[in-house]
Amino acid sequence: MNPLIYFEVRNLSVRLGGRLVLKNVSFGAPCGALFALVGPSGAGKTTLLRAAAGLTPSEGQILVGDEDVSALSIRQRAQRFAYVPQSDAISWPLPVRDVVALGRYPHGASRPDRLSARDAEAVERAIAEGGLQAIADRPVTELSGGERRRVAVARALATEAPILFADEPTASVDPHYQLSIMSLLRRQAQHGALVFVVTHDLGVAARFADRALILKDGELESVGPSDAVFASKQLADVFAIDIFRCDYASEHVIVPWAAR
Amino acid sequence: MRSSERSLLIPLLLSLVGALFLASLCIGPARLAVSAVVEALFGGGTQTQRAIVQEIRLPRALLAATIGAMHGLSGAALQGLLRNPLAAPSLFGAPQAAAFGAVLAIATGMAGALSFALPLSAIVMAFISAFILIAIVGRDSSLLLLILAGLALSSLAGAATALALNLASNPFAALEISFWLLGSLDDRSFRHVLLAWPFMAAGAWLLYRRRDAFRVLSLGEEAARSLGVDVAMLRLQVIFGVALGVGASVAVSGTIGFIGLVAPHLMRPLVGHDPGRLLLPSSLSGAALLTAADIATRLIPSSSGIRVGVLTALIGVPFFLYMVFRQRRGLGVAVA
Repeated sequence: MNPLIYFEVRNLSVRLGGRLVLKNVSFGAPCGALFALVGPSGAGKTTLLRAAAGLTPSEGQILVGDEDVSALSIRQRAQRFAYVPQSDAISWPLPVRDVVALGRYPHGASRPDRLSARDAEAVERAIAEGGLQAIADRPVTELSGGERRRVAVARALATEAPILFADEPTASVDPHYQLSIMSLLRRQAQHGALVFVVTHDLGVAARFADRALILKDGELESVGPSDAVFASKQLADVFAIDIFRCDYASEHVIVPWAAR
Repeated sequence: MRSSERSLLIPLLLSLVGALFLASLCIGPARLAVSAVVEALFGGGTQTQRAIVQEIRLPRALLAATIGAMHGLSGAALQGLLRNPLAAPSLFGAPQAAAFGAVLAIATGMAGALSFALPLSAIVMAFISAFILIAIVGRDSSLLLLILAGLALSSLAGAATALALNLASNPFAALEISFWLLGSLDDRSFRHVLLAWPFMAAGAWLLYRRRDAFRVLSLGEEAARSLGVDVAMLRLQVIFGVALGVGASVAVSGTIGFIGLVAPHLMRPLVGHDPGRLLLPSSLSGAALLTAADIATRLIPSSSGIRVGVLTALIGVPFFLYMVFRQRRGLGVAVA
């Protein structure tokens, strides 16, 4: 992985149905970081994620390294950005391994049963990283919500894209899966990937992210190292809550305490 | 099914279609032995046998196989696009709209003046109906929306056809049109084959070349787009491919429904529910189904001959009801 890749968004605006839902957002991110995107419902987190991944038409500029994303073909973009959508519903009962293998589609692997050695290796690695070996041959439609989430993340990992976007990967899954999914994403960041995670779980975000961004009403409220962002008074103000903070095992812990 | 077993599927289906095709050449008012048919096909036998096999039964069998294949392929492609096993051309009003287009061409006399006016008019109407349907259903492809919009479109196409019949100046022409609408492969010649095949081939090519995109689309539109599938383009190609294939089919055979619903359903478990691998088996089983149905119309004793479109609907509609029954939980959620 190229350590020089630097992701940057300049004056990003998105209009949905004539309404400006994202207003002039600019920020940059180094690789090898886990970036948490937080903000109240309707603040534009998913829109920012989709626009940054090039899935929604936007105004402004998105740069990866020194490349402008608008100049990339749809396939080149798919090789650089992996995306885990909010919904992990899969329409047909395909086996887990075949679903993960779809992550190789941007690299020209169109049939899961005819992968090149290189593609098969990436798929097996993603299955191992996602801890899915035991269920690799089961149909995805039979899995629990937490397992399906992990399959979706593993499918994104199989892409081997340097930048990974995950939209609420820990929503409505039990604490075990929340922690295991966040550790999995954290590991990707440690290995040099740039990972963006939209989440409503401030505690999880504060523990696992090393950078954070707060959105409110489509505007960038705050961005920086997560310790600073999560310690700020802004975080409590944006959500209109009181936050309990303490230290445990030499880490900062924050707990949303009471609605104001 | 393991992959070794799966690799047998296509040869098995091909031999089934081949056997039915041969049977279709043997069966009719004058029964011919397989040896006589083979002889006649290659220019042997008596002149009568050659005329029966080459000019009467061969074009009919070719049309049954290819139209069946086109319906099976269109059904599999639409189900892949909309990620729904209940999607099929006949539920969308595409054949009904194509029939309206064809009737319009016949009633206005365009079809008499220009032979390609008939399939073209059918294709254009099928395209319009499929386009409207996809525009209404949009991204969420909910079952309820799909079925309601399809119902509305096929009713509208039916009403428009009825209006064309209503206004037809010649009552005999009206009668002829309404019989034609029932769907039949009787008395078709190579002229019909040549009329339909170029459009069907183009439609089949458009659908078949996007087979891998349907597999990626199983993940949902957003994930598919993030993996590099141009979903808007795919949608347009499928509409266009289905309209070309189904429109051209309807132009020569009238409305033949439900092959597109049944064929993919039968094949899906045999290909591991993979929408990308479904297209070829689904077209082959569609070919087998329609050829078998066309043979059945010749075997069932009746005074005036049963129309193949009537037969496929009689078998297909109960099958559709059964599938709706199985999906009723999904429908219930959509209603709530």
